[in-house]
Amino acid sequence: MAGIVIIGAGHGGTQLAVSLREEGYEGPVTVISADPDHPYHKPPLSKSFMKTPDAALQPLRAPQVFADQDIDLRLGVRVETVDRANKRLTLSDGTSCSYDKLVLATGTEARKLTVPGGDLRGVFTLRTAEDARALRAALPEATQVVVIGGGFIGLEAAAMLAGRGLSVSVVELAPRLLGRAASAGIAFEVETILTGMGVQVRTGTELCDIVGGQGQVTGVRIADETLPADLVIVGIGALPVDDLARAAGLEIDNGIAVNAVLQSSDPEIYALGDCASFPDPESGERRRLESVQNATDQARALAKTLAGRVTPYAAVPWFWSDIGAMKLQIAGLLQGAENSIESRTPEGRLKSVYHLKAGRLVAVETINSAGEHMLARQMLAAGFTPEADLMRGGDPRQLKAAFVAAQS
Amino acid sequence: MVKLTFIEPSGNRREIEAAPGQSVMVAATTAGIAGIEAECGGSCVCATCHCRVVEGGAALPEMEEAERDTLEFTSDAMGETSRLTCQIEVSEALDGAVFEVVGH
Ligand SMILES: Cc1cc2nc3c(=O)[nH]c(=O)nc-3n(C[C@H](O)[C@H](O)[C@H](O)COP(=O)(O)OP(=O)(O)OC[C@H]3O[C@@H](n4cnc5c(N)ncnc54)[C@H](O)[C@@H]3O)c2cc1C
Ligand code: FES
Repeated sequence: MAGIVIIGAGHGGTQLAVSLREEGYEGPVTVISADPDHPYHKPPLSKSFMKTPDAALQPLRAPQVFADQDIDLRLGVRVETVDRANKRLTLSDGTSCSYDKLVLATGTEARKLTVPGGDLRGVFTLRTAEDARALRAALPEATQVVVIGGGFIGLEAAAMLAGRGLSVSVVELAPRLLGRAASAGIAFEVETILTGMGVQVRTGTELCDIVGGQGQVTGVRIADETLPADLVIVGIGALPVDDLARAAGLEIDNGIAVNAVLQSSDPEIYALGDCASFPDPESGERRRLESVQNATDQARALAKTLAGRVTPYAAVPWFWSDIGAMKLQIAGLLQGAENSIESRTPEGRLKSVYHLKAGRLVAVETINSAGEHMLARQMLAAGFTPEADLMRGGDPRQLKAAFVAAQS
Repeated sequence: MVKLTFIEPSGNRREIEAAPGQSVMVAATTAGIAGIEAECGGSCVCATCHCRVVEGGAALPEMEEAERDTLEFTSDAMGETSRLTCQIEVSEALDGAVFEVVGH
């Protein structure tokens, strides 16, 4: 018996391996990952890992857990081809490996710059532990940093580097930060916080190229100006890693297309996490999300299915980002929301935004309001929409009282 | 090294050694304590590092607002002694503390 083979030991692949055992699956479980580091948490890479020079990677599960659960973890090995007819993989170490069921949990890779200069020394992306170590090693020498792209990872890095006393600019092509990932009100608060930390935020700014001398970056050219830089972080988004699936002829639609039980167009092959697009449980619209929650909850659902209890994926999406002292949390999905209700602190600062669609609550964004976020996840799961005044008030205790009353 | 004891969801008791300065969650996950998923890696947003403090509670640092709120509004049953272990820094004062893993 070849058992279940998982490609990728990131958040999704690791959770799946562990959950398969929790669900009572007793066959062989093999996890093959190109990343040579023992499976680690990615979010800290742009947060705490950067702050202290010797902070260690945080293991997703202790090495001992893989051994105890009889999970065959093969690190630093890339899967090169998938032979669907014979259910066999060829690997970069020259060996091959058979599967009964295959799961692609291959994640995303950084989108590459198309302008010249992206290969200069001092230009970094931030997706893997190796990237983070390289960036961290370059920090003591750096004084002026330009972050290209106003997405979460770039902004977290910008805040952290500004906190270390570096001069930091952010260059974003769109008229505001965070694009479709957050609402305009929240993006404005994020910009205010960053500006308050001394970060220069340049939205609506087109990048011309990255310039350097002797192979080392010296600046970033925008329109008729050059921003001096000895370190550049490129954070212009991520692309699903679907090369294996493409080559194997699986259906691709914004990543590897899967159905409600995360099965690809080949019934023996599944996909989950950042690399997979799945039908929204309610609207059927295809979505691909990049978050820890999405990867781990999909892994939990798929573990049940593979252990014999077919379980469609349906969890409330949630996400967080730590930008300096600001904790931004999002529950639900902003896409398709029609109107919103804002809640502010007594000082008038934006604290939360409740998003509605056809009168129903679909998403809640919060800033430094952890209780409201946790409650929002439960309200969304239950399909509960509080009275407008309660949302405007944004008091989690009152919201909870209304929620509890409606549940009984 | 500081000795900490965890009662895993199965009832199994395990004593581990933790280094001062790391979080109780990191010490526990590094040692492979069952039931602490620590999905958010210590950002105080997932509540999957929730434990009840059985012994040694007096030595723990006070809860900050984010931890209190996350615990109060999670769907887990919160108890008087509930803590998010990612928010507790290991120190010599914690030696001998006992945590009961809530699990999911
Ligand atoms: C710096 C950073 C900060 C982040 N912060 C947050 C945050 O605050 N909150 C949040 O919710 N999310 C955050 N994310 C996103 C989150 O980490 C991802 O959504 C999550 O890792 C997705 O899990 P995954 O299992 O789908 O993919 P990954 O964790 O990316 O794992 C994919 C794995 O597949 C392997 N692989 C790919 N191709 C092959 C192949 N052919 N053969 C073998 N192995 C292969 C890769 O080496 C990798 O190990 C952050 C991401 C980064 C990079
Ligand atoms: S690890 Fe997520 S709240 Fe502690």
